[in-house]
Amino acid sequence: MVDVSFGPEPGPRPAPPAGPYLAMQRRKRVYGLVLLVLFVALLASGFQVAENRNAGGFLNGLAQLDDFPAEVLSEAWAKRAAIPGRMWEYLPSLLETINIAAVSTLLGVLAASVLSLLATRGLARWPRLTPLFRRLLDAFRAVPEIVVALVLIYILGPGPVPAMIAISLHTAGAMGKLFSEVAENTDLKPVEGLTSTGASWGQKMWLGIIPQVAPNWLSYALLRFEVNVRASAILGFVGSGGIGYELKVAMQWGGGKYDQVVAIFLLLFLTIMLIDQCSDRLRHRLVKGA
Amino acid sequence: MTVSIPLTATPLLASFHRRRLIALAVPAVILAYLVYIFFAFDIAGLAGRARLDNAKILLGDFVSYKTHVTRNNTTGAVTVAVEGEAKGTFAPGHLPDWVKVQGDTTTVDLGAGHVVTYDATGARYVVPGYGTIDIRPEGGKLTLTAPQPLPDWINASDTRVSVTTSHGRFAYTRSKVETFRYAPGWPLFFFTPDSAFFGKSWGELATLALWEPRLEAAQPNILGMVHDFWTNKMWRHGDVVWAIGETILMAFLGTMGAAIVSLPLAFLAARNMNRLAPVRFALRRVFDFVRGVDALIWTIILSRAFGPGPMTGALAMLVTDTGSFGKTFSEALENIDEKQVDGIRSTGANTVQRARWGVLPQVLPVLLSQVLYFLESNTRSATVVGAIVGGGIGLLLTQAIQTQKDWEDVAYYVLLIIGMVMAMDSLSGWLRRKLIKGE
Repeated sequence: MVDVSFGPEPGPRPAPPAGPYLAMQRRKRVYGLVLLVLFVALLASGFQVAENRNAGGFLNGLAQLDDFPAEVLSEAWAKRAAIPGRMWEYLPSLLETINIAAVSTLLGVLAASVLSLLATRGLARWPRLTPLFRRLLDAFRAVPEIVVALVLIYILGPGPVPAMIAISLHTAGAMGKLFSEVAENTDLKPVEGLTSTGASWGQKMWLGIIPQVAPNWLSYALLRFEVNVRASAILGFVGSGGIGYELKVAMQWGGGKYDQVVAIFLLLFLTIMLIDQCSDRLRHRLVKGA
Repeated sequence: MTVSIPLTATPLLASFHRRRLIALAVPAVILAYLVYIFFAFDIAGLAGRARLDNAKILLGDFVSYKTHVTRNNTTGAVTVAVEGEAKGTFAPGHLPDWVKVQGDTTTVDLGAGHVVTYDATGARYVVPGYGTIDIRPEGGKLTLTAPQPLPDWINASDTRVSVTTSHGRFAYTRSKVETFRYAPGWPLFFFTPDSAFFGKSWGELATLALWEPRLEAAQPNILGMVHDFWTNKMWRHGDVVWAIGETILMAFLGTMGAAIVSLPLAFLAARNMNRLAPVRFALRRVFDFVRGVDALIWTIILSRAFGPGPMTGALAMLVTDTGSFGKTFSEALENIDEKQVDGIRSTGANTVQRARWGVLPQVLPVLLSQVLYFLESNTRSATVVGAIVGGGIGLLLTQAIQTQKDWEDVAYYVLLIIGMVMAMDSLSGWLRRKLIKGE
């Protein structure tokens, strides 16, 4: 009986809004169907265009899919004794690739932490300039790494530095956005407390905000490190420096150097797996609390 | 009371002490690492290796161009060409107004009183505030007459004289004499000299397009303009638009293909959807493997099978993203609320119906937002993948950079890529708001 007092008013109940509701449902379903048809059409025509502009066809390619791996693996198998030695040989260039990723993550994250605080409403040192810093971060993010890397190779010459600068810039942009989103959700009470003691902006951020955001920021930074290792390998292949470049050289040689190709593949695979696993575990601990 | 204070304070102070040590150690470790990198990457030697003159060429080319006025000293023929390229050559009757050809004499006005004259006896360059530099070929050697002592911007030998001033460059060799005139902007961006619309002002073009008689009887002027712009040989706008389209296509096909492939696999890999533990375990390892083998390696392997082109790039992204999607999708599926599925089950629904009406509505927002996020980041990586597989704007960009002279093309492509990335960012943000938040 008690429930009734919370229920609908006594008397004849209003009829369920069948007409408008069903109409809305029908409209929704039609929209969904139209979207689906559009999507499938886009996908099919896109596939057709890509197929036409590709040198080899899709079906032909499928048949040849295992030719190259088979060729590489059979040659590498014949020279399997040499592979551990080769892997050892390529260790320095692997280290260079990892170093590029680590330094650019470090520099990018340092830049991002300052820029993101400057771009966060409520925390910024110069509140009027927040839009400027936001656009700056957008610009850093929008320029693809390969563009910066290739242009810098022309100016600075081949080596790890162009890739490092390119990845740092991109990291600063990408991390800056995420960091600023985290910083927006912080509790401002510590900052108010610090303001009452006459702390400077730097002190307020360092003592009031950074301790709150550090776990999240670190977790993002670790994820970025994973991404940057892959990026630095690819940039090496397209530009220069690190294991990507060694891979390109070995690949251009074609047959005869496939043991080196396999050694590099293995090194890359193992490194990426290892870093993935470690950072996964670390991030879990950071976010869930030790 | 006095005794209890040190009892509570000591561990607290110890923890403060430890924290302070960490606060000092972290910057110290970072600094030490950066010092190591400084030596490992040979940053000190970089200053020696850096080619700042290249930087100057590059920046100059980004915003300005040069026009070559060349006379072949054996035949006497004069050509005027933008960047010295055949596709930028001016027709003899339609030279720019700063070049005058009268019989054997060619006058090039470089502006601000700098005038170069080629004539039958040789060539002269009048530099205001300095004097006249006169060059005559005599007996197989070049004779230079100029106010002494020669400044360092004149480089002279028996076979070659070159002059570089703020207004242009001039070089005389036995076979030819050449003057470069610099101008701001990108050259011939709209029409090349072989087009009927070349050299017309905006007003003239507008009237031509709207009501003036046809320049070519075959088609209206406006179509002619579009055609000439699209097939511009210097900038190849048509090809560039195609390349941008290819890049977006790669990202779209790769992302959507990966989503379609990985959705059913994710159902099989989720603990609450599939009771066969070995299948789940095997699928998870497949996802891990596919993600671990980097996009770079997939791209290389696939481009051997499928040849260069956008299809290969799309497939490489498809394979890599299948791993990532499989992992995140199956995690999302494991976190659903089972009550909704139970409700559907109570109506006697079969597995597919339960998945469609009980599971999908719950996970769809998560999946969609993942897919859109990947579409966004794949647009960016499609540029790099394109550079490796040989398709899209990435290929054009790397080619332009490798030739090391068409830097204005590089600037153009970079602007287009940034525009493309930003457009895809806002498109995916808009779609996310529209489809997921239902605004």
